[in-house]
Amino acid sequence: METAIAEKTDPTSVRLQLARSLVSHLEAGNEDEAEAIVAELSGAKDSQLFQEVGRLTRDLHDSINSFVADARLADIAENEMPDAAERLRYVIATTEQAANTTLGAVEQSLPLADSLRNDAHHLAGQWERFNSRQLSVDDFRELSSELSSFLTATQVNSEALHEKLSEVLLAQGYQDITGQVIRRVITLVDDVEHKLVELVRLSGSRTKSSDSVTSEGPDTSPHGPVVPGVDKGDVLNSQDDVDSLLSSLGF
Amino acid sequence: MKILVVDDFSTMRRIIKNLLRDLGFTNTQEADDGTTALPMLKSGNFDFLITDWNMPGMQGIDLLKAVRSDEKLGGLPVLMVTAESKRDQIVEAAQAGVNGYVVKPFTAGTLEEKISKIFERVAA
Repeated sequence: METAIAEKTDPTSVRLQLARSLVSHLEAGNEDEAEAIVAELSGAKDSQLFQEVGRLTRDLHDSINSFVADARLADIAENEMPDAAERLRYVIATTEQAANTTLGAVEQSLPLADSLRNDAHHLAGQWERFNSRQLSVDDFRELSSELSSFLTATQVNSEALHEKLSEVLLAQGYQDITGQVIRRVITLVDDVEHKLVELVRLSGSRTKSSDSVTSEGPDTSPHGPVVPGVDKGDVLNSQDDVDSLLSSLGF
Repeated sequence: MKILVVDDFSTMRRIIKNLLRDLGFTNTQEADDGTTALPMLKSGNFDFLITDWNMPGMQGIDLLKAVRSDEKLGGLPVLMVTAESKRDQIVEAAQAGVNGYVVKPFTAGTLEEKISKIFERVAA
Protein backbone atom coordinates (compact mmCIF):
# COMPACT_ATOMS: atom_id res chain seq x y z
CA MET A 1 0.00 0.00 0.00
CA GLU A 2 2.79 2.38 0.96
CA THR A 3 4.66 1.76 -2.27
CA ALA A 4 1.52 2.60 -4.24
CA ILE A 5 1.33 6.02 -2.54
CA ALA A 6 5.01 6.64 -3.18
CA GLU A 7 4.54 5.74 -6.82
CA LYS A 8 1.65 8.14 -7.15
CA THR A 9 3.57 11.10 -5.77
CA ASP A 10 6.47 10.52 -8.20
CA PRO A 11 5.58 12.38 -11.46
CA THR A 12 7.31 9.80 -13.67
CA SER A 13 5.38 6.94 -12.08
CA VAL A 14 2.17 8.95 -12.42
CA ARG A 15 2.83 9.47 -16.13
CA LEU A 16 3.82 5.84 -16.53
CA GLN A 17 0.60 4.75 -14.94
CA LEU A 18 -1.40 7.14 -17.10
CA ALA A 19 0.36 5.77 -20.20
CA ARG A 20 -0.37 2.20 -19.19
CA SER A 21 -4.05 2.93 -18.68
CA LEU A 22 -4.05 4.90 -21.97
CA VAL A 23 -2.77 1.76 -23.76
CA SER A 24 -5.29 -0.49 -22.03
CA HIS A 25 -8.15 1.94 -22.78
CA LEU A 26 -7.08 2.15 -26.45
CA GLU A 27 -6.85 -1.66 -26.64
CA ALA A 28 -10.28 -1.94 -25.07
CA GLY A 29 -11.60 0.66 -27.58
CA ASN A 30 -12.65 3.18 -24.85
CA GLU A 31 -12.11 6.32 -26.96
CA ASP A 32 -13.49 8.82 -24.44
CA GLU A 33 -11.37 7.54 -21.56
CA ALA A 34 -8.27 7.49 -23.80
CA GLU A 35 -8.95 11.12 -24.83
CA ALA A 36 -9.27 12.15 -21.20
CA ILE A 37 -5.93 10.56 -20.35
CA VAL A 38 -4.19 12.28 -23.28
CA ALA A 39 -5.57 15.62 -22.05
CA GLU A 40 -4.32 14.88 -18.55
CA LEU A 41 -0.85 14.02 -19.83
CA SER A 42 -0.45 17.19 -21.93
CA GLY A 43 -1.86 19.24 -19.09
CA ALA A 44 0.95 18.01 -16.87
CA LYS A 45 3.43 19.10 -19.53
CA ASP A 46 1.91 22.59 -19.74
CA SER A 47 2.06 23.05 -16.02
CA GLN A 48 5.75 22.00 -16.10
CA LEU A 49 6.41 24.61 -18.79
CA PHE A 50 4.71 27.26 -16.68
CA GLN A 51 6.76 26.20 -13.68
CA GLU A 52 9.99 26.49 -15.72
CA VAL A 53 9.01 29.95 -17.03
CA GLY A 54 8.24 30.96 -13.48
CA ARG A 55 11.64 29.76 -12.29
CA LEU A 56 13.45 31.58 -15.09
CA THR A 57 11.59 34.78 -14.30
CA ARG A 58 12.49 34.53 -10.66
CA ASP A 59 16.15 33.84 -11.49
CA LEU A 60 16.26 36.81 -13.83
CA HIS A 61 14.62 39.00 -11.22
CA ASP A 62 17.15 37.88 -8.61
CA SER A 63 20.05 38.41 -11.01
CA ILE A 64 18.92 41.93 -11.88
CA ASN A 65 18.39 42.74 -8.23
CA SER A 66 21.80 41.47 -7.19
CA PHE A 67 23.40 43.34 -10.09
CA VAL A 68 21.72 46.57 -9.06
CA ALA A 69 22.67 46.01 -5.43
CA ASP A 70 26.29 45.19 -6.37
CA ALA A 71 28.30 47.55 -4.17
CA ARG A 72 31.35 47.18 -6.37
CA LEU A 73 29.42 48.70 -9.27
CA ALA A 74 28.35 51.68 -7.18
CA ASP A 75 31.92 52.11 -6.00
CA ILE A 76 33.19 52.11 -9.58
CA ALA A 77 30.65 54.69 -10.67
CA GLU A 78 30.98 56.98 -7.65
CA ASN A 79 34.65 56.75 -6.76
CA GLU A 80 36.88 54.83 -9.07
CA MET A 81 35.89 56.40 -12.37
CA PRO A 82 36.49 59.97 -11.17
CA ASP A 83 39.67 58.71 -9.45
CA ALA A 84 40.83 57.12 -12.68
CA ALA A 85 40.45 60.41 -14.53
CA GLU A 86 42.46 62.14 -11.80
CA ARG A 87 45.13 59.42 -11.96
CA LEU A 88 45.47 59.81 -15.70
CA ARG A 89 45.79 63.57 -15.30
CA TYR A 90 48.58 62.84 -12.81
CA VAL A 91 50.26 60.67 -15.45
CA ILE A 92 50.16 63.57 -17.91
CA ALA A 93 51.57 65.97 -15.32
CA THR A 94 54.33 63.55 -14.32
CA THR A 95 55.39 62.75 -17.88
CA GLU A 96 55.33 66.45 -18.71
CA GLN A 97 57.53 67.23 -15.75
CA ALA A 98 59.98 64.47 -16.71
CA ALA A 99 60.07 65.70 -20.31
CA ASN A 100 60.75 69.25 -19.15
CA THR A 101 63.50 68.12 -16.79
CA THR A 102 65.10 66.10 -19.58
CA LEU A 103 64.78 68.88 -22.16
CA GLY A 104 66.17 71.41 -19.69
CA ALA A 105 69.18 69.24 -18.93
CA VAL A 106 69.82 68.65 -22.65
CA GLU A 107 69.51 72.36 -23.43
CA GLN A 108 72.07 73.13 -20.75
CA SER A 109 74.37 70.33 -21.87
CA LEU A 110 74.55 71.15 -25.56
CA PRO A 111 76.40 74.52 -25.15
CA LEU A 112 78.90 72.81 -22.82
CA ALA A 113 79.61 70.12 -25.42
CA ASP A 114 79.79 72.78 -28.15
CA SER A 115 82.32 74.91 -26.29
CA LEU A 116 84.47 71.84 -25.57
CA ARG A 117 84.41 70.94 -29.25
CA ASN A 118 85.14 74.52 -30.43
CA ASP A 119 87.98 75.09 -27.98
CA ALA A 120 89.51 71.71 -28.79
CA HIS A 121 89.24 72.48 -32.50
CA HIS A 122 90.97 75.85 -32.08
CA LEU A 123 93.72 74.36 -29.90
CA ALA A 124 94.28 71.48 -32.31
CA GLY A 125 95.00 74.02 -35.04
CA GLN A 126 97.47 75.91 -32.85
CA TRP A 127 99.08 72.65 -31.74
CA GLU A 128 99.54 71.68 -35.39
CA ARG A 129 101.33 75.03 -36.03
CA PHE A 130 103.48 74.48 -32.96
CA ASN A 131 104.51 71.01 -34.16
CA SER A 132 105.47 72.37 -37.56
CA ARG A 133 107.44 75.11 -35.80
CA GLN A 134 105.29 77.93 -37.09
CA LEU A 135 104.72 79.55 -33.71
CA SER A 136 106.67 82.50 -32.37
CA VAL A 137 107.65 82.56 -28.72
CA ASP A 138 104.82 84.98 -27.97
CA ASP A 139 102.35 82.77 -29.86
CA PHE A 140 103.53 79.79 -27.87
CA ARG A 141 103.11 81.64 -24.61
CA GLU A 142 99.53 82.43 -25.63
CA LEU A 143 98.93 78.80 -26.65
CA SER A 144 100.31 77.62 -23.34
CA SER A 145 97.91 79.81 -21.36
CA GLU A 146 95.02 78.80 -23.65
CA LEU A 147 95.83 75.14 -23.06
CA SER A 148 95.90 75.68 -19.35
CA SER A 149 92.49 77.37 -19.27
CA PHE A 150 91.10 74.74 -21.66
CA LEU A 151 92.10 71.97 -19.28
CA THR A 152 90.46 73.77 -16.37
CA ALA A 153 87.31 74.42 -18.41
CA THR A 154 87.22 70.80 -19.53
CA GLN A 155 87.23 69.62 -15.94
CA VAL A 156 84.46 72.01 -14.96
CA ASN A 157 82.37 71.39 -18.08
CA SER A 158 82.61 67.60 -17.99
CA GLU A 159 81.58 67.67 -14.36
CA ALA A 160 78.59 69.82 -15.30
CA LEU A 161 77.80 67.45 -18.18
CA HIS A 162 77.89 64.50 -15.82
CA GLU A 163 75.50 66.28 -13.51
CA LYS A 164 73.09 67.07 -16.36
CA LEU A 165 73.21 63.48 -17.62
CA SER A 166 72.46 62.24 -14.10
CA GLU A 167 69.42 64.54 -14.06
CA VAL A 168 68.25 62.95 -17.32
CA LEU A 169 68.83 59.51 -15.84
CA LEU A 170 66.78 60.23 -12.71
CA ALA A 171 64.00 61.89 -14.67
CA GLN A 172 63.32 58.52 -16.34
CA GLY A 173 61.87 57.35 -13.03
CA TYR A 174 58.57 58.71 -14.35
CA GLN A 175 58.17 55.48 -16.34
CA ASP A 176 57.97 53.42 -13.16
CA ILE A 177 55.70 55.89 -11.35
CA THR A 178 53.26 56.39 -14.23
CA GLY A 179 53.42 52.71 -15.17
CA GLN A 180 52.13 51.76 -11.73
CA VAL A 181 49.34 54.34 -11.93
CA ILE A 182 48.32 53.22 -15.43
CA ARG A 183 48.28 49.57 -14.31
CA ARG A 184 45.71 50.51 -11.66
CA VAL A 185 43.54 52.23 -14.22
CA ILE A 186 43.82 49.19 -16.51
CA THR A 187 42.58 47.01 -13.65
CA LEU A 188 39.58 49.32 -13.30
CA VAL A 189 38.89 49.24 -17.06
CA ASP A 190 39.00 45.42 -16.96
CA ASP A 191 36.59 45.51 -14.02
CA VAL A 192 34.18 47.79 -15.84
CA GLU A 193 34.39 45.62 -18.95
CA HIS A 194 33.55 42.57 -16.84
CA LYS A 195 30.53 44.34 -15.37
CA LEU A 196 29.35 45.47 -18.79
CA VAL A 197 29.61 41.95 -20.17
CA GLU A 198 27.55 40.81 -17.20
CA LEU A 199 24.96 43.48 -17.93
CA VAL A 200 24.76 42.43 -21.58
CA ARG A 201 24.31 38.81 -20.54
CA LEU A 202 21.62 39.79 -18.06
CA SER A 203 19.65 41.68 -20.66
CA GLY A 204 20.19 38.95 -23.24
CA SER A 205 19.58 35.83 -21.24
CA ARG A 206 19.58 34.69 -17.68
CA THR A 207 22.87 34.53 -15.90
CA LYS A 208 24.32 33.44 -12.64
CA SER A 209 24.26 36.12 -9.98
CA SER A 210 27.36 38.25 -9.83
CA ASP A 211 30.12 37.52 -7.40
CA SER A 212 29.98 39.33 -4.13
CA VAL A 213 32.24 42.30 -3.67
CA THR A 214 35.73 41.42 -2.61
CA SER A 215 36.68 43.22 0.54
CA GLU A 216 39.49 45.74 0.61
CA GLY A 217 42.88 44.33 1.58
CA PRO A 218 44.77 45.34 4.68
CA ASP A 219 46.12 48.85 4.98
CA THR A 220 49.64 47.88 4.04
CA SER A 221 48.78 46.32 0.69
CA PRO A 222 50.61 48.12 -2.09
CA HIS A 223 48.68 51.01 -3.63
CA GLY A 224 51.27 52.36 -6.03
CA PRO A 225 52.37 55.96 -6.15
CA VAL A 226 50.36 58.51 -4.22
CA VAL A 227 48.33 60.64 -6.61
CA PRO A 228 47.68 64.10 -5.18
CA GLY A 229 43.97 64.79 -4.76
CA VAL A 230 43.02 61.13 -5.19
CA ASP A 231 44.77 59.21 -2.47
CA LYS A 232 43.54 60.09 0.94
CA GLY A 233 44.43 58.77 4.33
CA ASP A 234 47.68 58.71 6.19
CA VAL A 235 50.14 59.32 3.41
CA LEU A 236 53.60 60.79 3.82
CA ASN A 237 54.37 63.29 1.11
CA SER A 238 58.12 63.60 1.23
CA GLN A 239 61.33 61.79 2.06
CA ASP A 240 61.68 64.15 5.04
CA ASP A 241 58.33 62.93 6.45
CA VAL A 242 59.42 59.34 5.94
CA ASP A 243 62.73 60.04 7.66
CA SER A 244 61.13 61.65 10.69
CA LEU A 245 58.62 58.81 11.02
CA LEU A 246 61.47 56.30 10.88
CA SER A 247 63.53 58.22 13.42
CA SER A 248 60.50 58.30 15.74
CA LEU A 249 60.53 54.50 15.40
CA GLY A 250 64.13 54.42 16.55
CA PHE A 251 65.90 54.49 13.21
CA MET B 1 80.38 44.93 -2.59
CA LYS B 2 77.78 42.86 -4.44
CA ILE B 3 74.33 44.46 -4.67
CA LEU B 4 70.99 43.03 -5.83
CA VAL B 5 68.48 45.53 -7.27
CA VAL B 6 64.87 44.28 -7.28
CA ASP B 7 62.18 46.22 -9.16
CA ASP B 8 59.55 45.13 -11.67
CA PHE B 9 60.24 48.16 -13.87
CA SER B 10 63.45 47.70 -15.86
CA THR B 11 63.79 51.48 -16.24
CA MET B 12 63.96 51.89 -12.48
CA ARG B 13 66.51 49.07 -12.21
CA ARG B 14 68.68 50.83 -14.80
CA ILE B 15 68.37 54.15 -12.98
CA ILE B 16 69.38 52.62 -9.65
CA LYS B 17 72.23 50.65 -11.24
CA ASN B 18 73.56 53.81 -12.89
CA LEU B 19 73.35 55.78 -9.65
CA LEU B 20 75.13 52.96 -7.83
CA ARG B 21 77.88 52.97 -10.47
CA ASP B 22 78.27 56.71 -9.91
CA LEU B 23 78.72 55.97 -6.23
CA GLY B 24 81.42 53.42 -7.06
CA PHE B 25 79.35 50.23 -6.80
CA THR B 26 79.82 48.35 -10.03
CA ASN B 27 78.99 44.80 -8.98
CA THR B 28 75.21 44.84 -9.27
CA GLN B 29 72.63 42.30 -10.38
CA GLU B 30 68.92 42.63 -11.09
CA ALA B 31 65.71 40.74 -10.34
CA ASP B 32 62.17 41.71 -11.27
CA ASP B 33 60.37 40.49 -8.15
CA GLY B 34 60.81 38.68 -4.85
CA THR B 35 60.28 35.26 -6.39
CA THR B 36 63.30 35.64 -8.64
CA ALA B 37 65.31 37.59 -6.07
CA LEU B 38 65.13 35.14 -3.18
CA PRO B 39 66.94 32.21 -4.87
CA MET B 40 69.57 34.66 -6.18
CA LEU B 41 70.13 35.98 -2.67
CA LYS B 42 70.37 32.46 -1.25
CA SER B 43 73.03 31.38 -3.71
CA GLY B 44 74.75 34.63 -4.65
CA ASN B 45 76.68 36.00 -1.65
CA PHE B 46 75.12 39.45 -1.90
CA ASP B 47 76.20 42.21 0.51
CA PHE B 48 73.25 44.53 0.01
CA LEU B 49 69.65 44.40 -1.20
CA ILE B 50 67.73 47.28 -2.74
CA THR B 51 64.07 46.42 -3.36
CA ASP B 52 60.82 47.95 -4.54
CA TRP B 53 57.61 47.15 -2.63
CA ASN B 54 54.83 46.83 -5.20
CA MET B 55 55.72 44.01 -7.59
CA PRO B 56 53.77 41.20 -9.22
CA GLY B 57 54.58 37.81 -7.76
CA MET B 58 56.39 38.27 -4.47
CA GLN B 59 56.12 41.76 -2.95
CA GLY B 60 59.15 43.58 -1.58
CA ILE B 61 57.80 43.48 1.97
CA ASP B 62 57.47 39.70 1.75
CA LEU B 63 60.98 39.46 0.32
CA LEU B 64 62.22 41.50 3.30
CA LYS B 65 60.42 39.18 5.73
CA ALA B 66 61.76 36.11 3.94
CA VAL B 67 65.30 37.51 4.13
CA ARG B 68 64.98 38.32 7.84
CA SER B 69 63.63 34.86 8.66
CA ASP B 70 66.39 33.11 6.69
CA GLU B 71 69.21 31.80 8.81
CA LYS B 72 71.94 32.72 6.33
CA LEU B 73 70.48 35.96 4.96
CA GLY B 74 69.03 37.34 8.19
CA GLY B 75 71.59 40.13 8.62
CA LEU B 76 71.61 41.36 5.01
CA PRO B 77 71.18 45.16 4.84
CA VAL B 78 67.97 46.00 2.98
CA LEU B 79 67.01 49.37 1.49
CA MET B 80 63.47 49.85 0.23
CA VAL B 81 63.04 52.19 -2.71
CA THR B 82 59.34 52.47 -3.38
CA ALA B 83 56.40 54.69 -4.27
CA GLU B 84 54.47 53.24 -1.32
CA SER B 85 54.32 56.03 1.23
CA LYS B 86 51.46 55.29 3.60
CA ARG B 87 52.38 55.63 7.27
CA ASP B 88 51.21 52.08 8.03
CA GLN B 89 53.39 50.69 5.28
CA ILE B 90 56.53 52.44 6.51
CA VAL B 91 55.79 51.25 10.04
CA GLU B 92 55.32 47.69 8.75
CA ALA B 93 58.61 47.84 6.84
CA ALA B 94 60.38 49.17 9.91
CA GLN B 95 58.92 46.39 12.04
CA ALA B 96 59.95 43.83 9.44
CA GLY B 97 63.53 45.07 9.88
CA VAL B 98 64.21 47.32 6.90
CA ASN B 99 67.49 49.29 7.11
CA GLY B 100 66.38 52.29 5.07
CA TYR B 101 63.33 53.59 3.22
CA VAL B 102 63.47 55.86 0.16
CA VAL B 103 60.24 57.09 -1.47
CA LYS B 104 60.00 57.51 -5.21
CA PRO B 105 60.59 59.82 -6.92
CA PHE B 106 63.94 60.31 -5.21
CA THR B 107 67.16 62.22 -5.86
CA ALA B 108 70.65 60.81 -6.33
CA GLY B 109 71.58 62.62 -3.10
CA THR B 110 68.88 60.86 -1.08
CA LEU B 111 69.90 57.44 -2.36
CA GLU B 112 73.56 58.10 -1.60
CA GLU B 113 72.77 59.41 1.88
CA LYS B 114 70.62 56.39 2.81
CA ILE B 115 73.13 53.90 1.44
CA SER B 116 76.10 55.43 3.24
CA LYS B 117 74.08 55.66 6.46
CA ILE B 118 73.28 51.96 6.24
CA PHE B 119 76.93 51.04 5.68
CA GLU B 120 78.05 53.26 8.55
CA ARG B 121 75.62 51.49 10.85
CA VAL B 122 76.54 48.04 9.57
CA ALA B 123 80.24 48.81 10.07
CA ALA B 124 79.64 50.17 13.59
